[in-house]
Amino acid sequence: MELAPALLGALPELLLALGATVLTMVGPFVVDQRRAWLTRAALLTLAGALALVPTPPDGLIFGGLFVVDGFGKFMKILVLGATAWTLLIAEEGRQSASMRAFEYPVLVLFSALGMLATVSANNLMSLYLGLEMMSIPLYVLTALKRESRHAGEAGIKYFVLGALASALLLYGCALLYGFTGTTDFNALAVALPDAPPLGAAAGLVFLVAGIAFKLSAAPFHMWTPDVYEGAPTPVTAFLAAAPKVAAGALMLRVLFGPLIGLADVWMPAIAVLAVLSMTVGAFGALRQTGLKRLLAYGTIGHSGYIFVGIAAGTPEGIHGACVYLAIYAVMTIGAFACLLAMHRSHQPFEQVEHLAGIGRHRPMFALAFSALLLSMAGLPPLAGFLAKLYVFRAAVEADLFWLAVVGVLASVVAAAYYFRVVYVMYFADGDEDFEHMPGRRVTWTVTATALTALLFLFVAPVVVEAAARAAGTLGL
Amino acid sequence: MTVTLAHYLMLGGAVFTVGIIGIVLNRRNVIMILMAIELLLLAVNLNFVAFSAYLGDPAGQVFTLFVLTVAAAEAAVGLAILVVFFRLRGTIAVEDIQDLKG
Repeated sequence: MELAPALLGALPELLLALGATVLTMVGPFVVDQRRAWLTRAALLTLAGALALVPTPPDGLIFGGLFVVDGFGKFMKILVLGATAWTLLIAEEGRQSASMRAFEYPVLVLFSALGMLATVSANNLMSLYLGLEMMSIPLYVLTALKRESRHAGEAGIKYFVLGALASALLLYGCALLYGFTGTTDFNALAVALPDAPPLGAAAGLVFLVAGIAFKLSAAPFHMWTPDVYEGAPTPVTAFLAAAPKVAAGALMLRVLFGPLIGLADVWMPAIAVLAVLSMTVGAFGALRQTGLKRLLAYGTIGHSGYIFVGIAAGTPEGIHGACVYLAIYAVMTIGAFACLLAMHRSHQPFEQVEHLAGIGRHRPMFALAFSALLLSMAGLPPLAGFLAKLYVFRAAVEADLFWLAVVGVLASVVAAAYYFRVVYVMYFADGDEDFEHMPGRRVTWTVTATALTALLFLFVAPVVVEAAARAAGTLGL
Repeated sequence: MTVTLAHYLMLGGAVFTVGIIGIVLNRRNVIMILMAIELLLLAVNLNFVAFSAYLGDPAGQVFTLFVLTVAAAEAAVGLAILVVFFRLRGTIAVEDIQDLKG
């Protein structure tokens, strides 16, 4: 095998690795006043990687460990875009000294590198290494705000449960390896149908449980509300967007690649995960008063809708899941940007009641936040409606009519709590003590994502078409 | 009696279960949880090496080396987070980690 073509195939990853390593070495020597330059360099690296994503030719490289294909490229663009966007708004949300540490952009870069490796994994080994490279910087980022009691606690919870999930995933890898004699995805797809059914099914269950944890799907969601609430908001925005896309992409790649032979086993299991996640997400959020906890339960629900598409097990299902991931990433970034955009009495928004009266005093902001929340609730003709439409349609076409019905019912319950926030914004009384945070990037982000939510039907063909092409290349 | 693959798998499964119990039932000390996590990873390693020897295939042993490396990095990060937490609260008892709930 020639080295040069292999290195060309992984060009975005190599650029990220180089950028992250150089910033690690340069970072300690940069004085505090120049720290912003490090973030700019990190953003430049991410933009460079983003530009390089479409260039490599499709194929297997590094001896089959790493796959370059249309699906991976689509997901990498989402991951890098979400990472860059959240890093951009994080710059204005990082107020305290410990959050301004030079490690912040470096850790984000390393985590993004892990996500790219995860998305492109074509072997259980590269899957595990990518997933860990993604997760370990996330544990550190969660606990980065050292003076905060909540951040430390969130860090410990995330770390312990994350390590537990990694161990489950590894146990599954070991079983799959043991019963088939290979860790390569292509070889696994061939060998699995002949493997002992019980051993293969056990391996599958552990592997899927590990990935479902990263997607915060119920019943592996326990960490999500605590970590979202405890982590600093810029970190939560990152945590909720990019790693979810990477984990969703990995779930799709694993289930429709090596494990496609066991579809009879995983389809019902994924349907159960979907029902649980949608229900927990909808009913869990109803009794929340904290905004970040509410959005966390929203995330759990969203992973349930993604699982509806996966459970269909058809190309339409993959397509629906891809569309959902793309729309979900944009809406999530917008919602967290709203939390960063404004303060009330010099305090960030934390409780739903903090938003009281904002509809009268800051009408444009309230409109944008409402558009994003209602889009997440799936109100037509907003962006979230289209996402749900695609996954439900795929479920109905795959004769999973009951799953689509459960999904619609869960959306109705979920709409109740999104509407409650909108109600508080417009109809609850409140003083005018809001102030905009300095900085244009967050405002710009809120505007752009809210416009996307409102006017999505005009750009929908582009996204749907890109997702369709990506979904078409998935599979062996 | 010869030691077969099944024995190794049973031992691996038993160690894994001990690790899970150590995380779930432990109410006293976070360090114990970190040790339980190491147990989980070692159980997996045992499985990998046993399968690798049984199949006569080196991939399982390569995987084990990766797992050991990642486990070291993970333990370092876990202990660092624990130190941050201890400085702020002066305790690492599991029952004290419950400010966030709902």
